[in-house]
Amino acid sequence: MKYQSRRKALLLLADGTIFYGKSVGDKEGTAFGEVCFNTGMTGYQEIFTDPSYFGQLMVTTNAHIGNYGTNVEEVESDSVKISGLICRNFSYEYSRPRADKSLEDFLNDNKLFAISDVDTRALVSYIRDNGAMNAVISTDVNNIDGLKKQLAEVPSMEGLELASKVSTKEPYFIGDESATFKIAALDIGIKKNILRNLSKRDSYIKVFPFDASFDEMQSWEPDAYFISNGPGDPEPLVDAIAAAKKMIDSGKPVFGICLGHQVIALAKGISTYKMHNGHRGINHPILNLVTGKGEITSQNHGFAVNREETEANSDVEITHVHLNDNTVAGIKLKDKDVFSVQYHPEASPGPHDADYLFDQFFDLIKSKSVQTV
Amino acid sequence: MPKRQDLKSILIIGSGPIIIGQACEFDYSGSQALRSLKEDGIETILINSNPATIMTDPTMADHVYLKPLNTKSIIEILKKHPQIDAVLPTMGGQTALNLCIEADEKGIWEDFNVEIIGVDINAINITEDREKFRELMLKIGIGMAPQATATSFLKGKEIAQEFGFPLVIRASYTLGGAGASIVHKPEDFDELLSRGLEISPIHEVMIDKALMGWKEYELELLRDKNDNVVIICTIENMDPMGIHTGDSITVAPAMTLSDRTFQKMRDMAIHMMRSIGDFAGGCNVQFAVSPDDEEEIIAIEINPRVSRSSALASKATGYPIAKIASKLAIGYHLNELDNQITKSTSALFEPTLDYVIVKIPRWNFDKFEGSDRTLGLQMKSVGEVMGIGRSFQEALHKATQSLEIKRNGLGADGKGYKNYDQIIQKLTVPSWDRVFVIYDAIQLGIPLRRIHDITKIDMWFLKQYEELHLLEKEISTYTIATLTKELMLEAKQRGFADRQIAHMLDCYESEVHKKRTEEMNINRVYKLVDTCAAEFKAMTPYYYSTFEEEIEKPDGTRYVENDSEVTDRKKIVVLGSGPNRIGQGIEFDYCCVHGVLAAAECGYETIMINCNPETVSTDFDTADKLYFEPVFWEHIYDIIRHEKPEGVIVQLGGQTALKLAEKLSKYGIKIIGTSFESLDLAEDRGSFSDLLKANDIPYPQFGVAETADEALQLADELNFPLLVRPSYVLGGQGMKIVINKEELEEHVVDLLRKIPNNKLLLDHYLDGAIEAEADAICDGEDVYIIGIMEHIEPCGIHSGDSNATLPPFNLGEFVLQQIKDHTKKIALALNTVGLINIQFAIKDDKVYIIEANPRASRTVPFIAKAYKEPYVNYATKVMLGDKKVKDFEFNPQLEGFAIKQPVFSFNKFPNVNKNLGPEMKSTGESILFIESLKDDQFYDLYGRRKMYLSK
Repeated sequence: MKYQSRRKALLLLADGTIFYGKSVGDKEGTAFGEVCFNTGMTGYQEIFTDPSYFGQLMVTTNAHIGNYGTNVEEVESDSVKISGLICRNFSYEYSRPRADKSLEDFLNDNKLFAISDVDTRALVSYIRDNGAMNAVISTDVNNIDGLKKQLAEVPSMEGLELASKVSTKEPYFIGDESATFKIAALDIGIKKNILRNLSKRDSYIKVFPFDASFDEMQSWEPDAYFISNGPGDPEPLVDAIAAAKKMIDSGKPVFGICLGHQVIALAKGISTYKMHNGHRGINHPILNLVTGKGEITSQNHGFAVNREETEANSDVEITHVHLNDNTVAGIKLKDKDVFSVQYHPEASPGPHDADYLFDQFFDLIKSKSVQTV
Repeated sequence: MPKRQDLKSILIIGSGPIIIGQACEFDYSGSQALRSLKEDGIETILINSNPATIMTDPTMADHVYLKPLNTKSIIEILKKHPQIDAVLPTMGGQTALNLCIEADEKGIWEDFNVEIIGVDINAINITEDREKFRELMLKIGIGMAPQATATSFLKGKEIAQEFGFPLVIRASYTLGGAGASIVHKPEDFDELLSRGLEISPIHEVMIDKALMGWKEYELELLRDKNDNVVIICTIENMDPMGIHTGDSITVAPAMTLSDRTFQKMRDMAIHMMRSIGDFAGGCNVQFAVSPDDEEEIIAIEINPRVSRSSALASKATGYPIAKIASKLAIGYHLNELDNQITKSTSALFEPTLDYVIVKIPRWNFDKFEGSDRTLGLQMKSVGEVMGIGRSFQEALHKATQSLEIKRNGLGADGKGYKNYDQIIQKLTVPSWDRVFVIYDAIQLGIPLRRIHDITKIDMWFLKQYEELHLLEKEISTYTIATLTKELMLEAKQRGFADRQIAHMLDCYESEVHKKRTEEMNINRVYKLVDTCAAEFKAMTPYYYSTFEEEIEKPDGTRYVENDSEVTDRKKIVVLGSGPNRIGQGIEFDYCCVHGVLAAAECGYETIMINCNPETVSTDFDTADKLYFEPVFWEHIYDIIRHEKPEGVIVQLGGQTALKLAEKLSKYGIKIIGTSFESLDLAEDRGSFSDLLKANDIPYPQFGVAETADEALQLADELNFPLLVRPSYVLGGQGMKIVINKEELEEHVVDLLRKIPNNKLLLDHYLDGAIEAEADAICDGEDVYIIGIMEHIEPCGIHSGDSNATLPPFNLGEFVLQQIKDHTKKIALALNTVGLINIQFAIKDDKVYIIEANPRASRTVPFIAKAYKEPYVNYATKVMLGDKKVKDFEFNPQLEGFAIKQPVFSFNKFPNVNKNLGPEMKSTGESILFIESLKDDQFYDLYGRRKMYLSK
């Protein structure tokens, strides 16, 4: 073994600020995206493969990344979805018998460019104070003007529809065909662990592409509808919003997570907005207003549902709030079996405190099917 | 639910004297609890017998009782305060819990209508009774190692037969793993089984199949009355199962846990806490994880109280566990409380770290001659240090630099082992130095696989070591002139000290510092411990240092981000006392905290530097700014360069702080109070004796020797018995009384081997003399003696190990007058500004000076508590020139006598020589107030006074 030096790299923010670092694996590369940070101390592989992160340059705040390598099972989709990685210390060497390769190899296989040795803490404070913005990471350290030009052409996340980039192209099935319940899931960037959570509760799931019509879904005769998480701004998702309206009217149970939650709100005429820097981590405190209990939750969203409009809407009840900033974290429709949360009860990564929401969904489905029988 | 309105008056039980396994972390938690309850307008009553604590300060609780921790005292207090509504027993370690249980069994709480809050007795009983605990865990589906209970020797033998070896024996209802052992071979089993049964107060041991080499983790939990549970911190033990967690090198956050396994563990911990009872407060759960692809998780134990690890977890995350746990005990829900660091977000959350902390225990095996130095299931360390860095390597380096064992970090100091067999042996039998030996092994070329096979330390940690070694090797190919900025930055980021880099480059430390700071502009920056990885703005001034890459503004200016902004206020730095060890314990932390508070009263911005996570001084509420950094020259100097304080207080932090005085003085940094020259004069036996001679003060005949030959020659002049000791040590390290030339030669050779180039002091030993000591405050003009204490044991036993009375119990007026006169003369002659402690030997009514230390001593907190006066506060104001001695109205109040009683932890070292002598061995002390000398307890002490004295 010999000491290995790594070439210089940088992160250039849209406002012209530069953070210096080194290239992971001494590779040359350049990657663009909106810079955001995740404060989780575990679960990097799940984060990197989460479709909700599509198009984001991910800053991991944990001091080390890659310590336990990667494992083929612990992914949330079939590929890496972030557009680049920025970290402080990258572990080239890993240790975990269950892992099958190093994070470096995993990122290489996915052609993902990463930089390390950046003062990520300073970067997080900067984003905290100045808001999320587009950025580029590159080893082309002597071509800052060129990078600036290219960066200027990257579209803003606001108004950006990204679900189409991560959604399945064709419908597919998950689970056991003979399961008791059938759930139609609208994939606008669905995480695998949501599907695992649904299927393990005795359901057979048909996953529909982002632009599937309600009629298409209804014709499969599901017992309930699910609207998934996903990346980007919810407002341009006109197909999904239209489908959601009909799902709500169908009288069947509907459950939405994250982007799906925003889509349900939009379907009820409540607007969404881009947050200053979003919630991304696995330690977010939520208060369930119905039970009065707290939950530690996994979160990943840069947009949120307008609270005042939610409160003003007589059809909608706020069920969960974020304890740090009082943003809307969960809603239910009055007199309907429709509810949604802004956070991730499927966790992966993160705590399982909100697991009960899946049970709640299935309780609704069960009570509905009893009625019809 | 908000705060309960029916709780208006609460009794808190402290943890008593410091012993191994229960140190000053409980002063930290107790102090936090008292402050927390006070904030809510609750009356607090405290019982603790340890005077050297902040929690027993009169301002901390409404009523403080410095009384023995027994049910008799509890009844006395409850009678005097019938208004007490509840008792909070979770802040004083196992001692407080045990006392609470005893009082409960005797029906005392019921008699006085006192509710137990913060825990329920059933929960304690379940967690302490290993059989019940095991049954419960199996019932709720939590895995445990194969285990069985033995209440007799015969039953124990049967179990061993069934399980096979290796086995673990643990005694029930004990502390810090007392009576626990790993049995590798059948022939060792009988003895260890008997010992475990003997130590257990209920004559019961648990025998487990040993999970040697499994990875070990600890989770710190908080739970409220509404059953909300949060995990404050996850700690990974670098040393796997087999070494007590108190003796393990531990790391936070967990380094080698995947989210899947971690979340499973989190679920288990919450499930376990909920299953043992319905209580609001803190809890600690320990797990083992199989080091294979099964990643099987097994529960080891659960402690339903604030523990040693919760103090560490609080310092590691910034989340004040004891403070919040107290609020939860009085009814608050987590979501009703603020995150104490950000003040803007909720306390119901789980801290996230963007740095790494490494805790290394501090052992004192040298004090326990003949002790078994092998680390195992029984905790043997006496203190700990914590290093904080932006990487594991930086944190590990800082922790090793904090230990004060004359190492500069890992490698690069020429002190490593080089012998293959010795290294393998030291890897195999873990002791205090294994953290260093791993580096030596890699340096020698022993494959990581082999090191892993022997130690079972996770490969990730070993790879981190290897990276350090590779970097050292790379840098060693350069010279100070050719070293690149990139490599210098990398070395600093990985925690190498300037002194180590100098060793690699074969140049002076000052050259490296100069090149780094002036030429390369690589400077330390300070980052905040904020519980949230900078996600939210935090104002709490709790910092650590690191080195970072540059940031460039759009206008082209470059900078390195620093969270610690320097104010324009006048500032004072107080140097802390580092890790607890025998001879330098909690007393000095008490002094530092009071120094900080006094300096703040004088209008200074106060800056605390310390690296001991157990202390009150490292509570972010204590000083205006806390730098959690090694009390190690390079770190201190960089902080001083950054903050530019008016001066540095060194006389409160024991020898740790004091020994930096010379260098501070050399670099032109002002030492507050007594100057370095005076400190040095008192330490230099020759000059000091000249001073005594000039003032006509007697002292025992003495001489200084640098070789055995010189020592033998001196012996002829001085006559035996002789007291032999090295210079510049605390707690009587290496001190011995010798009675003939053979012993003298042996001891001198031994000392010079251990501490090369030291000047040895030889005193004629005044056989049969009485020992006394005085502490005083001096402003350079006036001297006020705050107290004189007389030792009950005769001269020859270290003052820290002697029982002593305040005031003296049988010194005549003539002798006392000499003590007073000598004290005043010496204090003035040394130009003391601040505190001074002088030790005397009295023979035939003549008072001799043994030594003078112009600094805070171990006895100052004791005297302050006994007389109910804030002497350290006064002394600090004098040091700062804010007040003169005559500005204070001294009014000591003590009826009868206060007896200082040392407490030992010999039960942790079964084979050790328990004789007392000039080298200190006690780990803590307690205070006992007696009305008169007719008191039975005094008689008893007086009668036994010669029992322990070694020849």
